[in-house]
Amino acid sequence: MLDHFSYIITVFLMVSGLYIVMARGNLIKKLIGLSIFQTSVYLLYIVPAKLVGGTAPIISPQFSVYSNPLPHVLILTAIVVGVATMALGLALAVRIREAYGSIEEDEITRLDNAAEQAETR
Amino acid sequence: MSRDLILRVIGKLLIPFILLFAVYVQFHGDFGPGGGFQAGVILAAAIVFYALIFGLENARQVVPDWLVETMLACGVLIYAGVGLAGIFLGGNYLDYFVLDHDAIHGQHRGIFWVEVGVAVTVSGVMLKIFYMFASRGNLNGPEDY
Amino acid sequence: MSLLAHAPALQVVLPLVSAPLAVLLRHRNAAFAVVTAGAWAAFAAAIALWLQVGESGVISYHIGNWAPPWGIEYRVDRLTSFVLLLVSGMASIVLPYSRASIEREIPRELHYLYYAMFGLCLTGLLGMTITGDAFNIFVFLEISSLSTYVLIGLGRDRRALSASYRYLIMGSIGATFIVLGIGFLYLMTGTLNLADMAVRIRDIESSRPVLAALAFLTVGISLKVALFPLHQWLPNAYTYAPSAVTAFLAATATKVSVYVLIRFYFSVFGESLVFAKLPLPEIMLLLSLLGMFAANFIAIFQDNLKRLFAYSSVGQIGYITLGLSFDSFNGLAASIVHLFNHGIAKGAIFLLIGGIVAAGAKAGTGPLPLSFDRLAGLSRRMPLTCFGIVIAGLSLIGVPGTAGFVSKWYLILAAMDKGQWWLVAAILASSLLAVAYVWRFVEAAYFRPAADEVRREAPLSMLLPAWLLVLGSIWFGLDTSVTLGSALDAAQHLIGSKP
Repeated sequence: MLDHFSYIITVFLMVSGLYIVMARGNLIKKLIGLSIFQTSVYLLYIVPAKLVGGTAPIISPQFSVYSNPLPHVLILTAIVVGVATMALGLALAVRIREAYGSIEEDEITRLDNAAEQAETR
Repeated sequence: MSRDLILRVIGKLLIPFILLFAVYVQFHGDFGPGGGFQAGVILAAAIVFYALIFGLENARQVVPDWLVETMLACGVLIYAGVGLAGIFLGGNYLDYFVLDHDAIHGQHRGIFWVEVGVAVTVSGVMLKIFYMFASRGNLNGPEDY
Repeated sequence: MSLLAHAPALQVVLPLVSAPLAVLLRHRNAAFAVVTAGAWAAFAAAIALWLQVGESGVISYHIGNWAPPWGIEYRVDRLTSFVLLLVSGMASIVLPYSRASIEREIPRELHYLYYAMFGLCLTGLLGMTITGDAFNIFVFLEISSLSTYVLIGLGRDRRALSASYRYLIMGSIGATFIVLGIGFLYLMTGTLNLADMAVRIRDIESSRPVLAALAFLTVGISLKVALFPLHQWLPNAYTYAPSAVTAFLAATATKVSVYVLIRFYFSVFGESLVFAKLPLPEIMLLLSLLGMFAANFIAIFQDNLKRLFAYSSVGQIGYITLGLSFDSFNGLAASIVHLFNHGIAKGAIFLLIGGIVAAGAKAGTGPLPLSFDRLAGLSRRMPLTCFGIVIAGLSLIGVPGTAGFVSKWYLILAAMDKGQWWLVAAILASSLLAVAYVWRFVEAAYFRPAADEVRREAPLSMLLPAWLLVLGSIWFGLDTSVTLGSALDAAQHLIGSKP
């Protein structure tokens, strides 16, 4: 059990992040949940790549054990993607707040439905 | 903000060193941890720091909006340009081997310019994001949130 | 000649370069020129690749001259080049159209950003298609998705913002599921190159991480495909996005996701794992049927024309995945050819709807004149537009002589191969639902009295691209050598044998 604690943390982050996205109505809180969810993936990639006692993969006669650089690079990319998603999500939340005067999903859905009924009448 | 004397003095002292550190991280990327992404973020952080202390309008005079947009476009173009240079010099896209007289030097030259492109774009994007969010005023004051 | 050898890289790089150039130039006309040139160049590259693949088989291009599996490989086979043709061709048609269209839908100072985002979206979609590297798929997927969220958010209605936000949440969850799946595959096989992965996965086929990877990838990609219960983001996103964006997305975005699904199922996991050992075909069959009936049924009762055809898109996706679930040569060919045929028909319809919006905006009747009351007697005001929608609608129904018939015919053949006659009946019955929603438009536009009979067509620069696609959906119904030929070739390449 303890050998796999990193996976347990991964699963915990994944599930809690996904739960926050689904259960919360506040647009900002949803984005926080999404961010936690994405973080779990970073952990999933990074943990197996790190060797105990391994160093950064820059060849040097002093070291013989190196960590795998590829997952680190991949996750650097994924983090950038995460940052971009976060920035765009927050920007949309700001615009939604300006357009609707609220960032609660229930309120926005209510306003949308009202607008729809006004259109069909 | 004009009354915060300590902040202003410390800021003026620190910002040159933050900029210098960004350049160090940029060029040390060949030999150790570092590189364009980190350098770009540090560079942007220096400007953000300046904006926090001296106000957004002053920061916008130092690094105007058009410069930020030019930066984020130019960085991508530098990166893609390195790739296309590989094609024009007879290799594949993003082929560093053909960029100089031998493969090792070519690799150095290729990664150098790619990292320059990354740094320029990343600092541009970070500043753009900061400006966009910072310039939005509160609708009904902070207590409304 | 030397440029031809680099067509796989240029395919993606030229639209990529056009986007920052558009930002740099800032002027909307210059941005339009640059991005359109990028898209046309990409289309030319796609044609070159399609011809090249026809002559010499699979093309492999090594980015940075690093040999696979270490470096990133761009890999073009029959299916890839076919999807590249669809995506870059649609972009080449939609971009000239959008110049007049966004004039009425997006504030002028944002036009250059629209073109930049369009260029990036095109880059992402082409990259997803052409790359042979699993993680690269994710990166390009996110490039296209992020620019798509921005493009949708540019819509005039404020509901475009909430639609975009909702798509961002769902799309990011989908993309994260895809990275999770790719992560499991990487941990198990130690490679990211799809071809290499396919070889190494044979030994560990039934291990649990591989099955988990399959599950994550299926759910994640299905979100992007808008497979029936995961389609919630689609109707609002399509309805409130600018017309040109809706047309481009409807014709390409979900189609490229289907392509990625096919790639993973047939080229990486292998059909023996996906279809023989797991109950995936049954699940997919069920979801496809639900999509075909439920979404088409919901479409009939929509009051907004754009939303009606958005739901119809969900239903049409059902036909594509239905073909996949057969796991047969004809089924796969039907899926692939329907990707294309539905793409051009739906693209034509949304482009023409954009014309209605533009004409309405010009006449000053306010935003979104798309409810059926406003459409009454439209055929007198916009005869060409209405006639185009009807023809493309016939292709959606699958009337003989249109492109839609070809794909439905192959779907029915695949169902008969399996001996499942009830499925043939189901396909025909769901087509009747399509008749119903197309008829709603016909009834409103042709048989209801018009408020005024002043002829007010959409501008020519919008009508021409749309009619090009309308004619395309007839042409590809009569001459199937390009579409069906490619699809049959691709299916043979993927499944290995003709029946």
